Amino acid sequence: MMHVEPPQRFRKMPARRFAGAGWMLLWTVLLWAGSDVAMVAAQGPGPIRSASWRRVVLLEDYNTRVVIFGVAILGGASGLVGSFTLLRKRALMGDALSHASLPGIALAFITAGLFGASGKSLPWLLLGATLSGLIGVAAILVIRNQTRLKEDAALGIVLSVFFGAGVALLGVIQQMETGHAAGLESFIYGKTASMRAADAGLIAAASSIAIVVCLALFKELKLLCFDEGFAGARGFPVVVLDIVLMAMVVLVTIVGLQAVGLVLMIALMVIPAASARFWTETMSRMMLWAALLGMLGSIAGGMASAMFPGLPSGAMIVLVCSLFFFISMILGRRRGLLIRHLRRIRFNRRIDRQHLLRAMYEQIESQFRDERTDNDAAESAAMPEAGRKNPVAVGDLLAMRSWSRRRLMAAIVRGEENELLRCRDGACTLTQAGFAEAARLTRQHRMWEIYLITYAEVATANVDRDADRIEHVLAPEIIDQLEDLLDEQGMTIPVPDDPHGVIADVPPVQPPPVQSPPAQGGA
Amino acid sequence: MGGNQWLADLSVVIPDAGDWLARCDSPGMFTAQIGWSWMLDGWIVVVGALAAVSATLLGNFLVLRKMSMLGDAITHAVLPGIAVAFLVSESRSSVAMFLGAVIVGVLTAVFTEWIRGVGGVDEGASMGVVFTSLFALGLVILVRGADAVDLDPDCVLYGAIELTPLEMVSLFGWEVPRAAAILGAVTLINAAFVGLFFKELKLTSFDPALATTMGFSAKWVHYGLMVLVSVTAVACFESVGSILVVAMFVVPAASAYMLTDRLGVMILISVVLAALSSAVGHLMALQVPSWFGYRSTTTAGMIAVAAGIFFLVAAAFGPRHGVVVKRVRRIVLSLRILCDDIVAFLFRAQETRAGSEQLRGVTAAQLTDALFASGVSLRLATWLLRRRGEIRLADGGLVLTEAGIERGQRLVRSHRLWEQYLVDQAGRGMEEIHQQAERFEHFTDRELREKLATQTDRPELDPHGSPIPEEG
Repeated sequence: MMHVEPPQRFRKMPARRFAGAGWMLLWTVLLWAGSDVAMVAAQGPGPIRSASWRRVVLLEDYNTRVVIFGVAILGGASGLVGSFTLLRKRALMGDALSHASLPGIALAFITAGLFGASGKSLPWLLLGATLSGLIGVAAILVIRNQTRLKEDAALGIVLSVFFGAGVALLGVIQQMETGHAAGLESFIYGKTASMRAADAGLIAAASSIAIVVCLALFKELKLLCFDEGFAGARGFPVVVLDIVLMAMVVLVTIVGLQAVGLVLMIALMVIPAASARFWTETMSRMMLWAALLGMLGSIAGGMASAMFPGLPSGAMIVLVCSLFFFISMILGRRRGLLIRHLRRIRFNRRIDRQHLLRAMYEQIESQFRDERTDNDAAESAAMPEAGRKNPVAVGDLLAMRSWSRRRLMAAIVRGEENELLRCRDGACTLTQAGFAEAARLTRQHRMWEIYLITYAEVATANVDRDADRIEHVLAPEIIDQLEDLLDEQGMTIPVPDDPHGVIADVPPVQPPPVQSPPAQGGA
Repeated sequence: MGGNQWLADLSVVIPDAGDWLARCDSPGMFTAQIGWSWMLDGWIVVVGALAAVSATLLGNFLVLRKMSMLGDAITHAVLPGIAVAFLVSESRSSVAMFLGAVIVGVLTAVFTEWIRGVGGVDEGASMGVVFTSLFALGLVILVRGADAVDLDPDCVLYGAIELTPLEMVSLFGWEVPRAAAILGAVTLINAAFVGLFFKELKLTSFDPALATTMGFSAKWVHYGLMVLVSVTAVACFESVGSILVVAMFVVPAASAYMLTDRLGVMILISVVLAALSSAVGHLMALQVPSWFGYRSTTTAGMIAVAAGIFFLVAAAFGPRHGVVVKRVRRIVLSLRILCDDIVAFLFRAQETRAGSEQLRGVTAAQLTDALFASGVSLRLATWLLRRRGEIRLADGGLVLTEAGIERGQRLVRSHRLWEQYLVDQAGRGMEEIHQQAERFEHFTDRELREKLATQTDRPELDPHGSPIPEEG
């Protein structure tokens, strides 16, 4: 069964204007919190006491505060950037990227000795990671654009080959006298709980850059995500925009990687954005939702791990985020499972109601015709409204379609509630409103049938089934058009007679091109 | 990853290893100088090749179904299965862990499909949600449940290919590494699956809707594939490490996809490439670091790199879809068209001056003005034409030779016949026909010219009034 959603009316959303203001507010709050952390950092960490839930929730611990500020801001930024990559169907870009940074890190470590820098100096390693990440992105774009391989294969190739090279380099590093590569693993696995204020500051700086760029290029990036070809035709530099977007992904990923680790970074890029998609159909709101969800998930996960020592904070953040994801997937206001299920039920009920009404109309009509054939056979005008008083047996209705008795009874009960029909002792009659509705539906059905016969050259035997599907979704404008069209053919019938009957019994008013067998119709 | 300690373990377990370790220290430049122990290196290559082949057999279909990242997702996602199996069985029994991992691996595929289908989330994103969540769950279970036990997910769960010859089992009277036995079995199963269900896999990969209407259940084929992918991924990373699986699911298949358009050939090529990458990768792991004065490095990483190098070559020089090949083909075509244009231009120039006595050559500057070609490509084209003996230098410029005149006749005849045809038969206006004929003339052969002439009643003159040359 084909489900066709009723067309959604476009509403002007004044709230959209507030999205920008929401952003500003959010950012002010975070920066304020950040300055607080910086102040505490200047005073130096206080004595570390055992963490009680109150201390955690009120952010009394210096360490907790740093970690939570760091992951919150990272979650916000990656949610924001992630919504672009999600819409660009590149959700796993962060995955490929974080793996691709490994050879850069290893090479930076090896070459650091040559340039006299310490092997573990953070800026040097970050530079290596960024360069290698950018090369990885470039490789992905080249593979995608120049060969016939798709996005996913490009990601898989770059991920595995770069990571393999990195692993091989790490194997070499372990033989170097200059020191062990012990610190390098934190780039892959992350050490969220031991994040320092400097790390948090770095994250804040990188995230701010990413957010400012994304907001400044919002319109262009949006166009890029939804219709790359159109953006190109409008004269936007598509490739440059793509590279800018990917550079933002690289920036956030690399900075986050060394702080929170690979898996958490991938999760933060994907999960909040995917969750946000269930709540809204508007790009700016989706970004806001994604940033909020990423932030909240990070804060809640970070707090959970601070409250229960021994729970790895990165893993907790991922779990909280995926909890948000499942809640969003079920409850999401726009595309959540529940709302879609409700919509489907509502749609099915409408179809049942329409089927019921039309079935009743047709039953009444056949009774009416049987009565009339005795005295006045020639008249083929529509049935007068008086016909609605005729009761129709439920058994007759049941025989008309392949519906179960339960489904039919449910439809009848709902029809009674809506005062479309009355049912007593296994026989139903239509109310006035119900009769009007039934006549309208029957009319729609038959108009579509006639249209199919005269214009689409569908065989008479098939039109009933085809019309049965389409009648529920015919918009009033289409009915108007059908009327005009059939008017031209001289086929105005208030409630048109059943075309099966028309063709079988009475020669049609206009010779329609019906009689051609359907086998020839497929030109 | 690994570390030095395993080399120390190695010398204890295998007497032969001392010799092997010694050659690792020697900074030899070529394979001949490096001792090659068939006992160790031979088995490493065989195990690597088995892992690579078993993964790539299925990887072909993952690449075609745009699910290349599934290998990566599964190797991350199986952690909770391993953790739960470990906690329940309270041992490091590999059978329990294997089962747990396979179950969660299949669940990963099922969840991904479920979120994609039911939630309407893009494939990559649903994969990302599932595998990160499962990995985090596994980490939490491990940390909470196995606090007291020393279970480092890296060392215990993700095997290293260099260690595989250390664990031998007896199979039909042969001593083979345990990993080789397992991976050999997996390879056989995968080959049997691909062989038996080749038609179904092909149909469901390219057109699932058609497959369903023809009575194959695309869904069951999909889940069968997913089960085998999980089994293969777990079997491989348990014995040879995760990086090898992820690479082998994608890279050889993608390389083969660049080389051929036929599925059977693609599978064959990818299998060969996978086995080759294993051998080349191991050689590189032994050899490349020694150029810089280090001992051998991780084989698994180098196998991935070798596969990447093969991909690079395939993507650049694939006969039909290679990037470089395509570019060269385009350059050759544009050169051919430029040669055509030069010849036609010279022919027309000679035609107009046929009456006057002095037959002056056409200079390069005139050509540049007329044809809008850059200096380099023009020089290349004239050089080509002179080598083929179609133009020569004379009278202070270029003139056509006999062969050149023939070619010019053919081209100009095609051009003018097309113009005539476009006006006569296609009803095009006078102002557009030149542009179109200019394009068609390069792709018109003798037979087509004959047809055109017949269609247009063998005209003497074209619509502009120029004579249509006869063919020699």
